[in-house]
Amino acid sequence: MLTYIVKRLLVAVPTLLAVLTVVFFFVRIAPGDPAFIILGDQASQQAIAAVHQELGLDRPMLVQYLDFMSTVLRGDLGMSLVTHRPIWSEVANVLPYTIELTLTALVIGVVLGLPLGIAAARHRNEALDYAARVFSLLGLSFPAFVSAIMLLLAFAIELHWFPVISEARPGDPLSRVSALVLPAINLGLIMVAYVMRVARSSMLGVLGEDYIRTARSKGVPARVVIWRHALGNALIPVVTVVGLYLGVLIGNSVLTEIVFNRPGLGKLIVNSLNQRDYTMLEGLMVIYAFIIVIVNLLTDLTYGLIDPRVRQR
Amino acid sequence: MVVALSALLAPWLSPHDPLEQDVLLRLASPTADFPLGNDSFGRDILSRILWGGRVSLYVSTVAVLVAIVVGGALGILAGYIGGLFDRIVMAAMDVLLSLPTLVMGLLVVAMLGPTVGNLILAITLTAIAPFARIARAPTLTVKERDFVEAGRALGFSNVRLMVVHILPNVVDDILVMAALWLATAIRTEASLSFIGLGVRPPTATWGGMIREGFENILDTPWLAIYPSLAILVVMFGLNMLGDGLRDTSDPRLRHE
Repeated sequence: MLTYIVKRLLVAVPTLLAVLTVVFFFVRIAPGDPAFIILGDQASQQAIAAVHQELGLDRPMLVQYLDFMSTVLRGDLGMSLVTHRPIWSEVANVLPYTIELTLTALVIGVVLGLPLGIAAARHRNEALDYAARVFSLLGLSFPAFVSAIMLLLAFAIELHWFPVISEARPGDPLSRVSALVLPAINLGLIMVAYVMRVARSSMLGVLGEDYIRTARSKGVPARVVIWRHALGNALIPVVTVVGLYLGVLIGNSVLTEIVFNRPGLGKLIVNSLNQRDYTMLEGLMVIYAFIIVIVNLLTDLTYGLIDPRVRQR
Repeated sequence: MVVALSALLAPWLSPHDPLEQDVLLRLASPTADFPLGNDSFGRDILSRILWGGRVSLYVSTVAVLVAIVVGGALGILAGYIGGLFDRIVMAAMDVLLSLPTLVMGLLVVAMLGPTVGNLILAITLTAIAPFARIARAPTLTVKERDFVEAGRALGFSNVRLMVVHILPNVVDDILVMAALWLATAIRTEASLSFIGLGVRPPTATWGGMIREGFENILDTPWLAIYPSLAILVVMFGLNMLGDGLRDTSDPRLRHE
């Protein structure tokens, strides 16, 4: 297992470096001079040159690149162009909200999706299976902001069960929970649809294998066959989808945060877009890249954990 | 299909000009003349939905087509040539995959500006990698098969081998992906418009209409609901199509 972990790490590091390189060049080729954003359109030539010097934009591209990489890898993301506070502290302020939201959605998705998918596979072509399939197709069809608006309309505006604006008051843990419920359900239900779909189809595939038939013919009870014999093999595609879907989840959390007016990375992105805060956007891209690379690494490690064959390769 | 047709025929089907404003009909309820009512500028909602579908479908279809051609070509080339080229291409695809679709779209459009061309570029960038992957996998197995070997012995060029002999084996998988990615592309386009990074108003787009409706959600929720329903119908249809295509193209599932 240890060699497997080391191998995965050796793959993750170059991927991260490549993504950071893309981020760097992406921001450089974008039109719009950050100096104009700081100084306004009427700025004099000297003022612009001064800002360029301050931001280090007058140096050769290669020097800028090496400087960018070394500061980022030291964990320094620079200052926001607009608020002039360190980007890292702005991100740290809202990151817990986004993490809390995505993790709750993830738990809802796995806890509901996995058993439902397995149940649908066991009762193939029965009413439960059809209901599950229609639900999962619906879940795949809902853009996150559409489902968020509908939940908001139904439960906050019509029924008044939850606050319309998910604002958690400091020192009041209950308000934080009630602010989390609707956004988490919104993301969680879409996640349930993905997990259920894959759990069902991979369970169906495994149940058709010879060793399952052998176990059944030996008289092993159905429950034991499903949970002890089949589940291990059926889980592998589920882990893939959960890992892949975490990326979608992060994207969808942007939309959910906007609709429910919730603090988080998503709102930070949209605000910095509106203010054309380029250093902040660059920092956020770096953060997202880190998150995704870490998620991919964890997904790979989970494979190794549930499937001993993967470790050998 | 119905949605695609109605979007194509929008100029003839829609009862009113989607940009025509009538202050007197501001937020009016549905009438025989305006079947779905009017929005906050007095514009006909039905006409705007029909026209909005054109933008969404145009952007998404072009983006997915470009992604299929570029991604498919890269995938087949990588699988066929193998070696270092294969590793470089697939590493680049992994990098593209490592940013979530929506975040990538947000950044491209935000940096380059919200035009139709940039929207297409943003969605294409996110869709290339999956198509490259799906085209590469069957290429790897097909290129070892006897008929390709025979073709090589007969002195066929590499291009001919790839286009005539390998491509047809890859097309099935690509078609299934195309239906699912068209849905994803429409969702991304609508999401970007909803955030305010889509095609600029007053052009009607579904995401933009939902955004306008959402701003007045307490008073006039139907403004957000009708375009939402339009998106849902299209997404549901495309996902069903994708599922159906997969079931018929995968013989293992057919016999179950």
